[in-house]
Amino acid sequence: MENTGLNKVDLIFEKIDNKEVLAKAFKMTKEEIIKEVLDSGLKGRGGAGFPTGMKWKFTSEEKSPEKYIVCNADEGEPGTFKDREILDRVSNKVHGGMAIAGKAIGAKKGVVYLRGEYRYMLPKLMIELTSFHKMIKEIGYDFNIEYRMGSGAYICGEESALFESIEGKRGEPRNKPPYPTVSGLFEKPTSINNVETLVTAMMIVKHGAKNFIQYGTKDSRGSKVFSVSGDTPTPGIFELELGMTVLQFVDEFGDGDTKAVQVGGASGFCVPRKKFAETIIGFEGVPTGGSMKLFNSSRSMYNVLHNYLDFFTEESCGQCTPCRVGCQQLLKGVEKVKKGEAKSTYLNELMKLADSMKIAAKCGLGQSVGNAFKSIVGNFKEEIIY
Amino acid sequence: MYQVGNLVKELSDKHGRVRESLMPILQEIVQKHNYLNDEAMVEVARELDISAAEVYGTASFYTFLDTQVKGKYVIRVCKTITCSMKGKSDIIHTIEDMLKIRVGETTTDKQFSLIETNCIGWCHKAPAILINELPYTELTPEKVSEIIKDYMQK
Repeated sequence: MENTGLNKVDLIFEKIDNKEVLAKAFKMTKEEIIKEVLDSGLKGRGGAGFPTGMKWKFTSEEKSPEKYIVCNADEGEPGTFKDREILDRVSNKVHGGMAIAGKAIGAKKGVVYLRGEYRYMLPKLMIELTSFHKMIKEIGYDFNIEYRMGSGAYICGEESALFESIEGKRGEPRNKPPYPTVSGLFEKPTSINNVETLVTAMMIVKHGAKNFIQYGTKDSRGSKVFSVSGDTPTPGIFELELGMTVLQFVDEFGDGDTKAVQVGGASGFCVPRKKFAETIIGFEGVPTGGSMKLFNSSRSMYNVLHNYLDFFTEESCGQCTPCRVGCQQLLKGVEKVKKGEAKSTYLNELMKLADSMKIAAKCGLGQSVGNAFKSIVGNFKEEIIY
Repeated sequence: MYQVGNLVKELSDKHGRVRESLMPILQEIVQKHNYLNDEAMVEVARELDISAAEVYGTASFYTFLDTQVKGKYVIRVCKTITCSMKGKSDIIHTIEDMLKIRVGETTTDKQFSLIETNCIGWCHKAPAILINELPYTELTPEKVSEIIKDYMQK
């Protein structure tokens, strides 16, 4: 591999003999599987970054005859489209990862929650699932997967809202604790993992943790799939080694005039040009579930912020006041400042509101609205005011 | 014509009369009729033995489970940032001109509804729309008008 700054990796889409990897995994004990995933340092690829091995360990330690493995395919973060691509190209590896996770935690049932926007994929996935079920039966393993569809609610990507939705209710997040590892789907111990996480875990079982930790950094092991969009000559999905700086990323994907990169979607952080060189993409810097949006100097960062706030105002489930009212007030607030109906110092008040939401909102949605808000307003104040 | 008929009963037989069947049942009604009318929701409540308010409360939470009249073809135009940057407005104007409706409206012949939606996961091929469940990407006004023409002839 050349050291040009960006290492392209082929792990998620690598062609493998599924049956062989699964046969190997089913011969391992659950402790061995969990140890391998723990040693790899794999953190969840959906965005939140919780260590996957820990999640499996906690769920495996629960004493319950019924447990679930849930695959979160409710990919709704603006700018993310890698899970669709993974399911489209290697759904067998997603199903395989679920079966391995099932073995590790002691679950016989798996549920894939697929966002409603991807319903067109369902017929193909059903055919692939049928042959998958046949295959694992052949190697003598009892595990069953079913698909459940979302219906256009971003909040259902939040794990407990997702459970509520599968249970046939409004997708409103639950109070935590208890965490899903203790009480998840149908109040049973549940490990809920992102599509890419499950495939990565399967590949760790195949290649070994030692191989995986050769890539990436201490805090961000391995590689991941990035969804690249916006002002770039090469939009699409790319699997890259973790640990690069935003500058290295922009050198590869920018159009020569990149002024900002939004890392992690609407709930992520905006990195301005002056901070490209010092900012690492990963858990030690700016974390991302894969969404990378590039903006060049022709774009108004007010429009970007307004678009995100409009998104959150619509997608807030409305259950808790800090998020429901907070999103609305942030949106109205920047509109007022832009129109000159409020002084520019009003932005300081809005920054405080964003901080309060981080503390007081019930779930990750409301808690992360401030990420984009503060990083855009903080770095592009003049564009918001004038 | 929206006729609930035996549909709810058939779907309840298929999915089971338990609360967790509610979403799949509502989703299949919408697939067939494009939205949920009052009669359908009351019927679902009766079959699952829950209150109609529970059914409406759940349905109204989800943007794809419409409780307002929708056309045979629901056009959802992505309005999130990348699609918005890459010409979403031109796509909307083209569709509005062709169908003589505004965003949020349904044609009088109940063939088309036009709505805006949040990120549908095609940012690398923006601008993108969904017509019912099918995605159409990398659109231009010319491309989208060809697509709509095809649907008009269906």
